[in-house]
Amino acid sequence: MSPATFAGYRRPDGRVGVRNHLLVVPTVICSSVVAERVAAALAPIATALPHTAGCGQLGPDMHTTHETLAAYCGHPNVGAVLVIALGCEQVVAQHLADAARAAGKPAHIVAIQTEGGTVRTTARATEIAARLAAELADTPRVECDAASLILSVKCGGSDYTSGLASNPALGRVADRLVELGGSAVLGEIAEIMGAEHLLAARAPDPATAGRLLRVINRVETEAMALGLDIRGTQPSPGNIRGGLTTIEEKSLGATHKGGERTPLADVVGYSAPIVRKGLTVMDTPGLDVESVTGMVGGGAQVVVFTTGLGTPTGNPIAPVIKITGNARTAASMADNIDLDVSGVLDHRETLDEAAGRLFDEVLAVCAGRPTAAERLGFREFAIHRRNPTI
Amino acid sequence: MNPVIVISEADNVATALEALEPGTVLGAAGSVIVREAIPRGHKVALRTIPAGAAVLKYGSAIGVAARDIAAGAHVHTHNLSSARGRGDLPRQTAAAAADGRIAEPPDDVSRPL
Repeated sequence: MSPATFAGYRRPDGRVGVRNHLLVVPTVICSSVVAERVAAALAPIATALPHTAGCGQLGPDMHTTHETLAAYCGHPNVGAVLVIALGCEQVVAQHLADAARAAGKPAHIVAIQTEGGTVRTTARATEIAARLAAELADTPRVECDAASLILSVKCGGSDYTSGLASNPALGRVADRLVELGGSAVLGEIAEIMGAEHLLAARAPDPATAGRLLRVINRVETEAMALGLDIRGTQPSPGNIRGGLTTIEEKSLGATHKGGERTPLADVVGYSAPIVRKGLTVMDTPGLDVESVTGMVGGGAQVVVFTTGLGTPTGNPIAPVIKITGNARTAASMADNIDLDVSGVLDHRETLDEAAGRLFDEVLAVCAGRPTAAERLGFREFAIHRRNPTI
Repeated sequence: MNPVIVISEADNVATALEALEPGTVLGAAGSVIVREAIPRGHKVALRTIPAGAAVLKYGSAIGVAARDIAAGAHVHTHNLSSARGRGDLPRQTAAAAADGRIAEPPDDVSRPL
């Protein structure tokens, strides 16, 4: 058994990062292209958060956008922040810079309307970004305990192997991390539907179980209000070809990734801070990128993403580790897959052995080993929205 | 290697780890004879499942049989219906279909973000 430590970044607020990015954050869709250009000039240390929100949003959606962007600015995988504003948008640039400074990191704001056009803004922002990137390069990695990790568990492009190999292997890693004092977060509420009894039974009290059931009930009611069979999207057409027939079947396989023993510690809203040790369930949709975006916003520093059919999904600031239990996918999509656990299905290894390899991979990635998604530059980011754009 | 996997003793379906031909005898699953081609990753019934009965995998219900399913038959979207998220069914039918799910306690304090 390897020691449960890794070389990470200890932040002034006490949190631990596994990457040291310069985050270039647009406040609004209108400043997203400038942010992408500035980040591209200093990649890979600089990474942008291009998004389609930031204006034309009401109440809860505006709150989610604002707090998700602020959460990324305060995230321990980020060492410095550069906010690219337009000037007339709803999202307040100062709020984002304040979130970074509250976590003890440098933050600057450049606004397109103040600076006088995108050419001047890009030049000025790139100059600031180059200086911040040079400062970040000197940040040392120090020995950090695995207990400081929040592991996001995710599955996508599931097939029959997901519930038999990759999700149970990941669940064992989540259990082990929680036993070491760490945390795990599970999203995708629709994919708990049909397996909620297993998670509710792990809640320490009826109130926590009740919060889980209420969130699931809300998602099911919203889906039913459309007057459609959820099978149009859950399971997806690819899931069905892969042998999964119903959402209950998909959920029972998917929920394995949250562990078998770990207590259900908390149920939180989208992108809300993950504050309890143990397993937190986050209210995210099943759509992969929106789900990963929310869990990283909640504070997860690393994501393990199981897949049967294969998928490229990454994240701008958190490494996303891909594992598959499907030997064909491991071979055919080798450039997107980090770990093959198909040996579980043909008895080349046990689930515990696969989980041991995955645990070691998580710590190695936390210490800096790039994932397939990072090598290929997959940095998808999408903030969940529920209401119409006004 | 066994061509199918049965996850829980309670299950009435197995998962094919390789494509199965009709006539294949699943010895480990109690001498069930496969009745039709089962694609890799798909499910095969281990015993007769009458229409309306729960189909069990992982020891839990994954839906209900939409019609009688014979032992050895392919179990998929043509004969297995989900009981959840069925906005396409009349409200009462959907409620009855979801009857087995656990009730939400009334003293709930959760609020989405």
